[in-house]
Amino acid sequence: MSAIGLRRPLTYRPVASPLHAAGGPVAAAYGAALATAALIVWSPILLGALLVAVVLAAAGAGVAGPLARFAARLMLPLLVLSVAVNGLVDRGGLTVLARLGEWGVLGQVDVTLEAVVYGVVFALRLLVVTLACLLIVCAANPDELMRALRRVSPRSALTAAIGTRLLGVLAGDAQRLAEAQRCRPDGGVSGTRGRLAVLRATVAGALDRSLDVAAVLEMRGYGARRARGPGLPLSRHDIAFMLAALGTLAVAIVAQASGMARFETFPLLSMRAGAGALSVAGLLIVLALAPFLDRRGIER
Amino acid sequence: MSILRLQGVTYTYPAASEPSLRDVSFELEPGEFCVLAGLSGSGKSTLLRAAAGLVPHFHGGSFTGSVMVGGLDTRTSSPAQIGMVAGTLLQDPETQVVMASVRAELELAVESRGEPAASVARAVEEAALALGIDNLLERPTAELSGGELQRVALAAALVTRPRLILLDEPTSQLDPVAGDELIWQLRRLNQESDTAVLLIEHRLERCLAAADRVLAMRAGEIVCDSDPAGFLEWAATGERALQTPAARLIEGLGLAPAPVGVKQARATLRRAGLLPETPAGETEREHPAPGETGQGRSISGEASHRSGEAAQGRAVPSEAGPRAPGILRGRRREHPEQALALRGVWHELREGRAILRGVEMTVSRGERVALMGRNGAGKSTLLRHAAGLLEPTRGRVEWAGRVALLLQNPGDYFLHERVEQEASGGALELVGLAGLCDRNPRDLSGGERQRLALAIVMDGEEPPAVLALDEPTRGMDRAAKQALAERLHELSEGGTAVIVATHDTEFAAAVAVRAALMADGRVIADGPIEQILSGGWYFATDTARILGGAGGALLPEQGIGFLRPVRGQAPEHLAVGG
Repeated sequence: MSAIGLRRPLTYRPVASPLHAAGGPVAAAYGAALATAALIVWSPILLGALLVAVVLAAAGAGVAGPLARFAARLMLPLLVLSVAVNGLVDRGGLTVLARLGEWGVLGQVDVTLEAVVYGVVFALRLLVVTLACLLIVCAANPDELMRALRRVSPRSALTAAIGTRLLGVLAGDAQRLAEAQRCRPDGGVSGTRGRLAVLRATVAGALDRSLDVAAVLEMRGYGARRARGPGLPLSRHDIAFMLAALGTLAVAIVAQASGMARFETFPLLSMRAGAGALSVAGLLIVLALAPFLDRRGIER
Repeated sequence: MSILRLQGVTYTYPAASEPSLRDVSFELEPGEFCVLAGLSGSGKSTLLRAAAGLVPHFHGGSFTGSVMVGGLDTRTSSPAQIGMVAGTLLQDPETQVVMASVRAELELAVESRGEPAASVARAVEEAALALGIDNLLERPTAELSGGELQRVALAAALVTRPRLILLDEPTSQLDPVAGDELIWQLRRLNQESDTAVLLIEHRLERCLAAADRVLAMRAGEIVCDSDPAGFLEWAATGERALQTPAARLIEGLGLAPAPVGVKQARATLRRAGLLPETPAGETEREHPAPGETGQGRSISGEASHRSGEAAQGRAVPSEAGPRAPGILRGRRREHPEQALALRGVWHELREGRAILRGVEMTVSRGERVALMGRNGAGKSTLLRHAAGLLEPTRGRVEWAGRVALLLQNPGDYFLHERVEQEASGGALELVGLAGLCDRNPRDLSGGERQRLALAIVMDGEEPPAVLALDEPTRGMDRAAKQALAERLHELSEGGTAVIVATHDTEFAAAVAVRAALMADGRVIADGPIEQILSGGWYFATDTARILGGAGGALLPEQGIGFLRPVRGQAPEHLAVGG
């Protein structure tokens, strides 16, 4: 039986795109560079530029649809939570937007502009990092990643392979359990209780499943020895994405270190938004997306 | 030197009170094709795991004796080292495939041996061609069906050309065509490369003709070690549940020897004057093809009864055309005797592929229908539509009441710690589990787990109008299948319609009065089961194959009833029958 018609977890699928044409490790390094750049800079202008870069990169890689759906389902509540929690808890700002009085253990709650903006920028950073990681999941061939890791550390590769495969197996188990619950005469336990029951049953079977996956990997000799022989030669897509990754990281580091895109939230908002910051933002977008212009040899 | 040698192996799983293997000793020579037979719980899978080095390395427990695989002692060699000699395929294909793409899956084992890239590529191509999965090489493993997964997992086990192949029910998810092909592929590998094969299989009729030797297990012990003919002779008295349908037919007619395959059974019947000397094809041509109206002679006993049931006014739709899009939701039936109707049901995936193509099908109250067809034909999807788990992209589903769906894995239904929390007392009584209320569902045997799942889906104030079962006999021995068939008969007598998607032709013939054969999302033949499961090479019971389709989709006991009246008469008498 295949779970036809059921939702599948976000996963790698071969797509005709420059990013997929690059090797798995290079695609992962590219996504990681975008995520790291978002962790380095703090300016909303640069974070916005990185968001644009990640979204357009996902579109260029043909994975914007599933990525957007996943992000919308998972990220929106997180983003709202980030803004709300910061607004209510952070007391660093001086520009009071609302005085909400005494809130039990929270004491006097004043919502300040700075705290809200901090929450928004934090959420923006979280969004960029998550999308960049999802880009890795969708565009970096996990088999090539594992193969590369085996050259470095067979045992770590074995652990990573078990974890990677187990996610898919458990997601499949959860789908089947949920489907079986819908087959109950009363439709099964619904809502949060139902989801928790399915989750508990899935977790209960996780140990057995991980043993099965580990047994198979072990029997196939995975992790028994370090992979040998030369790796695949770098393609022009590999080189382009590696350069893009390094360039993006370098620009982010320089921009942050030089104060070109300085941004302070507390005690009062202060941001450099001149031509310099805008140029850096533009440069980040151009650098990140340049490799997608080379579509020679990519099937449409 | 033996490729596999077990000496005095006794093994007990952690926390188990009884050993699963008891003083097991045997040797397997290079080039031997050995079938491991036994009822559920007899220790077959444990023995296979011991040969693969997983017992005791992965499972722990108490282990005495020794297992040598290609000169490696499993006590001192890891499963990875054993894997250099033996390729292993365990039961659940979901956990047998570990990489993201099929090509990477096949490359993994060869790369792990440190082979150069050219050898890896050649080995992958050869294994893919041998297993007929070359068209799947670039597919993501997450998108494969159960049958495809099983073939990929088998190819991954064979890709290193191991000297020993250990297989735990490799055909359990395959359709009859793919299952037969797989057994003969194994035989070819075994003959051409001297590879030893140790194969666990419940459907012995499928593999005995290819085997050199059979080991039978009971309660962790080897109770028979013989060639296939000797095994069948032993099974006639030692473990009747292990007899093949052909052996039961021949024994029931008072003939000997017990045949290991269809050809030998025909020869025995011809010698006894029960089959004409004419080629089998002529007999088959006398029999109406699937989809034609059966006008042949009536057959005796249960078979004729089933024929009568099936003849009660039923449309025989096939290749139904598409319906206009519009009504998508299911609705209550309009015809009082109709339990379920699918009206031009289409199921199209977002990327455009159609899984169901305008399926037209009606099922009456109390009717028992077998849904058959190759892997990927759309059987499981059809059942999901019938149960309302999926919504047609075109067409509609009508039903007379609740549709209970029993999915492939009964364990998926269990959420609680005690049996009594899963279903009401009445439902447990119905499936004969009232005495096990305090047990943990996960501690039940395979058959009990399925009965509990059945109780869960059947539970309710009113019995369901339809009970749909998806591959319910996977991994079941004959006794358990028989018990399930009896239970389904009881339910249908109470008015519940039963639809069973199955690859098991014997089970289908035991349960159903009607069969619908699916291919490529369409119902291509729909009619009385004695028509659909009689004249074919693959979708036919063993008895029907032996008799060339004469008498319909007969089970051995019905075949005996059919042949006894013609004993002593001219063989031509049989040849005109249908």
